[in-house]
Amino acid sequence: MQDVVIEETRVPGTRPSSELKKRLWRNKWLYVMITPGILFFIIFKYIPMFGLVIAFQDFKPFFGFTGSEWVGLEHFKRLFTEPDFLNILSNTLILFGMNLFFYFPVPIILALMLNEVRITFFKRLFQSLVYIPHFLSWVIIVSISFVMLTMDGGIINELLVFFGFEKVNFLLNNGWFRPVYIIQVIWREAGWGTIIYLAAIASVDPGLYEAARIDGASRMRQVWHITLPAIRSVIIVLLILKIGDVLELGFEHVYLLLNSMNREVAEIIDTYVYTAGLRQGQFSYASAIGFFKSLVGLILVMLANRLAKKMGEEGVY
Amino acid sequence: MVEDRTLNGRIFAFINYLLLSIISLVTILPVLHVVAGSFTTSAELAVKRFILIPTEWSFEAYRFIFSTDTIFNAMGVSIGVTLFGTLFSMFITALMAYGLARRDLDGRRYIMFLVVFTMLFSGGLIPTFLVVSELNLIDSYLALIIPTAITAFNLIILKNFFQNIPEGLEESAKIDGCNDFGILFRIVLPLSLPAIATLSLFYAVTYWNTYLNAILYLNDSAKWPIQVLLRQIVVLASGMEFGADLDASVPPPEQTVKMAVIVVATLPILCVYPFIQKHFAKGAMLGSIKG
Repeated sequence: MQDVVIEETRVPGTRPSSELKKRLWRNKWLYVMITPGILFFIIFKYIPMFGLVIAFQDFKPFFGFTGSEWVGLEHFKRLFTEPDFLNILSNTLILFGMNLFFYFPVPIILALMLNEVRITFFKRLFQSLVYIPHFLSWVIIVSISFVMLTMDGGIINELLVFFGFEKVNFLLNNGWFRPVYIIQVIWREAGWGTIIYLAAIASVDPGLYEAARIDGASRMRQVWHITLPAIRSVIIVLLILKIGDVLELGFEHVYLLLNSMNREVAEIIDTYVYTAGLRQGQFSYASAIGFFKSLVGLILVMLANRLAKKMGEEGVY
Repeated sequence: MVEDRTLNGRIFAFINYLLLSIISLVTILPVLHVVAGSFTTSAELAVKRFILIPTEWSFEAYRFIFSTDTIFNAMGVSIGVTLFGTLFSMFITALMAYGLARRDLDGRRYIMFLVVFTMLFSGGLIPTFLVVSELNLIDSYLALIIPTAITAFNLIILKNFFQNIPEGLEESAKIDGCNDFGILFRIVLPLSLPAIATLSLFYAVTYWNTYLNAILYLNDSAKWPIQVLLRQIVVLASGMEFGADLDASVPPPEQTVKMAVIVVATLPILCVYPFIQKHFAKGAMLGSIKG
């Protein structure tokens, strides 16, 4: 405290800056409080961002960031000429498209259905049950699926046999990887995803429904003309966020489903970065892929946000 | 809204209830099937495949998985990481959230921007791995906690919650000679219990479910948390990988054994779930409605 006071008397002309100093000093404990958090963000978020320079180097762990040789855009050139990568990119985009097309609408529809439920007990029970999978790890979910889908006594294959069908090798089959993936995503997240829509629906003025009913609007019409427009901006915000996650399909989930039989369709950017980078030690090349992915995600989010704003919506930032 | 009493309205409502009932059943049946299967004998599971309630109860599978220390150790690791990690994460998240919630903090907008930016762009797997290994955290339990200690989303939720607490309370505490730490721990936190409970649950679930950090940073299989072990047992499904303590001549684990391990790895979450379930729907909305 004293230092500041002395300084203030010494330099009377510099009022704004000394006021700032005073405020900084008064809030010194606040700065102490945010320091651990800021250190966390710097060390584990920002240093890795700058660490992306290794994508332009021939990085050798022994020489470190500073000692490794610079190779410019070589890794990126390799990236786009390698046939493997195009396959991986298209796998990634297909899963993303499936997420958008098959998963994204499900929570909206569920929330609209749930909003029509008048029995509070039923509503509560339904919510308690469908929120559960969100809290289970991918390891648990994939494990449950494996136990149920295996040819060796899994319940699904037993049911198929019971109804007179052939057994299907769901887990080691190229064609089944994507359906299994998206069903797991829906099973895990659809229920939890309703929360935010339900909150938006709850804020709709009940008078609107009253007026619509007096005008003779049916249930469906009320949903279409009142509820849906009311949650429009929430839908758009979530859509933007989803698009930003374009290449963020969940490393864990895909990695757990990945095996030598379905690699052709199941290898995505995330899993490839892991294999190429950490398993095979191609740190620089894998970082270049990761960099490309992060950049595409960032650009897409900005584009989607701009588009939303042009359409008169708020956007996410 | 009132009940729609027309015939159309009733049919509509009936179909709606029916569909929702089916959806909730589909959601919960796989879990029930696995729980039931873990409590029966492999012989019964082999004969009557579609079990929901076992006719012949048995703890055979549980006796088997707890016959060695492998599962116990992994559970111990997971419990320790979850408890310590949740405490640590909540502590530094609350400190930072409180600082950022105070309008008189110079530079808070820049700091917020830095936080939000990490949600849009990241250095990715490899550079993060290099940082963690540079810090000598490889094969340390701390590697499961520190590199993911703060979730930006949780931080923002908590900051928004703190901002809604009337400033007058803080002012009067300050006049009474309380410093910022005192205000946070004696006034702000006790008023924020629902938010604290919700976020602790989010963090605890993340730590309990931790898998990626474990396979990235832990080479020593004796340190594996339960999720990694579960994957070894069920997904790779080979007796050899069950654990070093087991005899290599043991055949691949039975269905009942896999189910028992799944139950063990899930149980803690299902036990806590009913108690905090009331809070989290509210808590999840806090931050998301108005950012």
